[in-house]
Amino acid sequence: MDSGQRGLGEGHAADASDAIDVNAAIAALRRILPARGLLMGDEELRPYECDGLTAYRQMPLLVALPETEAQVVAVLRLCQEIGLPVVARGAGTGLSGGATPVRQGLVLSLAKFMRILEVDPVARTARVEPGVRNLAISEAAARFGLYYAPDPSSQIACTIGGNIAENSGGVHCLKYGLTVHNVLRLRVALIGGEVIEIGGGALDSPGFDLLALMIGSEGMLGVVLEATVKLTPKPLLAQVVMASFGDVVSAGNAVARIIAAGIIPAGLEMMDRAATAAVEAFVHAGYDLSAAAILLAESDGTPEEVAEEIAALRAVLEAAGAGDVRVSADEAERLKFWAGRKAAFPAVGRITPDYMCMDGTIPRKRVAEMLTRIEEFSEEFGLRCANVFHAGDGNLHPLIMFDANVPGETERATGFGARILELSVEMGGTITGEHGVGIEKVRQMCVQFSMRELSLFQAVKAAFDPDALLNPGKAVPTPRRCSEYRLTGTPGAH
Amino acid sequence: MGDFAAELVERVRQAAAAKTPLRIRGGGSKDFYGGPLEGEVLDTRRHAGIVAYDPTELVITARCGTQLSEIEAALAGEGQMLAFEPPRFDQAATLGGVVAAGLSGPRRVAAGSVRDFVLGVRMLDGRGEVLNFGGQVMKNVAGYDVSRLMAGAMGCLGLLLEVSLKVLPLPAAEATLRLEVPQGRALELLNGWAGRPLPISASCWQDDALTLRLSGASAAVAAACRQLGGESVADGAAFWLALREQRAAFFADDTPLWRLSLPSVAAPLDLPGAQLLEWGGALRWLKSGAAPERIRAAAAGAGGHATLFRGSEEARAEGAFQAPPPPLLALHRRLKRAFDPAGIFNPGRMFREF
Ligand SMILES: Cc1cc2nc3c(=O)[nH]c(=O)nc-3n(C[C@H](O)[C@H](O)[C@H](O)COP(=O)(O)OP(=O)(O)OC[C@H]3O[C@@H](n4cnc5c(N)ncnc54)[C@H](O)[C@@H]3O)c2cc1C
Repeated sequence: MDSGQRGLGEGHAADASDAIDVNAAIAALRRILPARGLLMGDEELRPYECDGLTAYRQMPLLVALPETEAQVVAVLRLCQEIGLPVVARGAGTGLSGGATPVRQGLVLSLAKFMRILEVDPVARTARVEPGVRNLAISEAAARFGLYYAPDPSSQIACTIGGNIAENSGGVHCLKYGLTVHNVLRLRVALIGGEVIEIGGGALDSPGFDLLALMIGSEGMLGVVLEATVKLTPKPLLAQVVMASFGDVVSAGNAVARIIAAGIIPAGLEMMDRAATAAVEAFVHAGYDLSAAAILLAESDGTPEEVAEEIAALRAVLEAAGAGDVRVSADEAERLKFWAGRKAAFPAVGRITPDYMCMDGTIPRKRVAEMLTRIEEFSEEFGLRCANVFHAGDGNLHPLIMFDANVPGETERATGFGARILELSVEMGGTITGEHGVGIEKVRQMCVQFSMRELSLFQAVKAAFDPDALLNPGKAVPTPRRCSEYRLTGTPGAH
Repeated sequence: MGDFAAELVERVRQAAAAKTPLRIRGGGSKDFYGGPLEGEVLDTRRHAGIVAYDPTELVITARCGTQLSEIEAALAGEGQMLAFEPPRFDQAATLGGVVAAGLSGPRRVAAGSVRDFVLGVRMLDGRGEVLNFGGQVMKNVAGYDVSRLMAGAMGCLGLLLEVSLKVLPLPAAEATLRLEVPQGRALELLNGWAGRPLPISASCWQDDALTLRLSGASAAVAAACRQLGGESVADGAAFWLALREQRAAFFADDTPLWRLSLPSVAAPLDLPGAQLLEWGGALRWLKSGAAPERIRAAAAGAGGHATLFRGSEEARAEGAFQAPPPPLLALHRRLKRAFDPAGIFNPGRMFREF
């Protein structure tokens, strides 16, 4: 097994697939798919060997690029018939290995489903295919003064199908919600080829809240064929306050004080010195490089409302010990302040051969403590770490820097990350706020959940996908797998 | 009042072993809602109390038997609220019932529904196992979102022991306005306004009177009042409370009350009986003796669904909620079996099928 397969869960489906008649599968898929809709061979498959979590690589058996719903349905039906595992894939920007192929499995790319089917400015909704990029929805809605609120930093590239599978968030979700708060309806293909509609044009539907179950299910319950999302009116004005702090503890406390003052900023983000330094060199956003941490707090609404809130924010930040406090003078400056934050991952990518992005979420009041502990881990593991996070939500993105070509560094980075995730659970939080479990955090699921809770997840999975063919080995470890991890000790060890 | 989880576990385990149906009940304020009541009463009221509340975390955690009024008083003391404005219908209403029934009040259209605010649950499944999903933090995508699935599940999937909810600051200012407009025009106005950045936090149309609530920063509320016109309503808070609690005159008779959940843009429905509209047109209350099939067909035709919200027991036994199409219903059955294999929780309360 090459090192790229580390962390891959096995699941019985993957075992069964060893018995698949590959030639027969290819022939059957060719009959279903359009010309050039089936990729095979090293050169064609290579682009699919990983997602944004590049430390994990696995070549798939085949990649299917269907163009119609009927083709997706036929592919899924075939997969169930012959026991071929399927991994749905959007843009492959996921950071937890959700779209990493499984060995002897098919990658089902939704890349051809790029149509925005309808923008209804009166109902404030957009009906889109799963391969539509997040930002494309807002662009299509812009002429009506509307936009799609969840804005992951990857929004130029990531697809709505991927957003739904991960329940993605963005810098504005403290006020405007996550994907789960902004999707009204899904059309979903189940593994047997059945197509179901969940949710609808109304605000609720009878029965169990299957929308909530489907959103964030990491491609393990069904394949999203179409979504109706809510559109939000663009605020008349948005301004951002940037505040510098001499130490991370005061910055962390400032976050709690803003909330205590009854303010819910449209965005509330924090970056530490290592992150601002990386970003400043990349986008020249004008960040204070002498600060130990900077906070970005956005206010939006009517001009009167924004003026009132900005004044309140400034007062709280100054009382919390902020040094420099600057308010964006115009839209260009606001975008510049955000450009740095949004480019944080690629900026760090420039100063290190590889990095791993963690995604733990903790109570806000423990942010400062967590940052102090991360500094200690950084010394212990001998690896640098830059911290960027959605402070308003307590969602941390420590970026652990390493070089995969240096023997042992990948393992150290994994160990470092595991410590952060376990500490997040200990602090009353979670191992993942928005990036998903994927293959990366499957082991830490055994820390966060009991065997009984994991069994219930398995039962939910079986209600949708009894043969465990959709994205096997991801997100939900089998109880057996967890006992093995517990026996082998430290997470991250092979 | 206190931690009586162990007793509840014992009751559920015994019931599971004996396959005795249980009827989970808090304050009984929603006994009228859903299918007929069946099974031995499992009273949750003793398992009560606020477990954790830290205003700067915007989260409250409380046991299922805690009265909603106690929770709301604790929040108000810190200038915060449950933004989905759940109806109580009775002082006795408990947190468990609020979440299981999944009902939200006037502010739902602007702030979101119960499930949007559920962050985590501690629950008992049908085997009597104590399970935790979600947590006390704002974002959590570890595992399937079982805690949100429990909202509105009518207790059919499990017994909620404890729930963590996101809370929000009370708005700095609120104002209530009233305009005279017929229904069609009211819907046009509401949908138009919803597409603009206006701080409308609730709406109610009845008998050609459209009442609006504005919430937010004082400057924004004042500016919106000027923009929208109409006359100012003096006792706005009392009006919205009466609407939320269904104590308004509209709700005070024995005609069957239907709850129609529709796209807000749906044209006025041509059905006999009086109507009251909330949520910018997305929620339409209908008092009507018309045949259930006719009402359900009209709702479905408009892209939504109808629930017999208050009606005779016989009528509700025919199905209070619109049953989903066969493949979805089959999925419901499989999920029910995953959570409650012996089928002991609230049989028939949601659908006749389980
Ligand atoms: C630079 C950078 C910044 C990022 N910033 C953020 C951020 O701010 N917030 C955030 O939440 N995330 C962020 N991400 C993570 C990532 O962009 C999101 O998880 C995104 O939603 C993934 O979308 P995708 O189309 O790339 O999905 P993929 O990576 O292709 O797939 C992700 C998962 O979705 C499943 N999937 C894809 N399409 C479907 C479908 N149609 N039906 C069913 N399942 C499907 C896959 O099987 C997989 O499990 C960032 C990533 C990068 C690289």
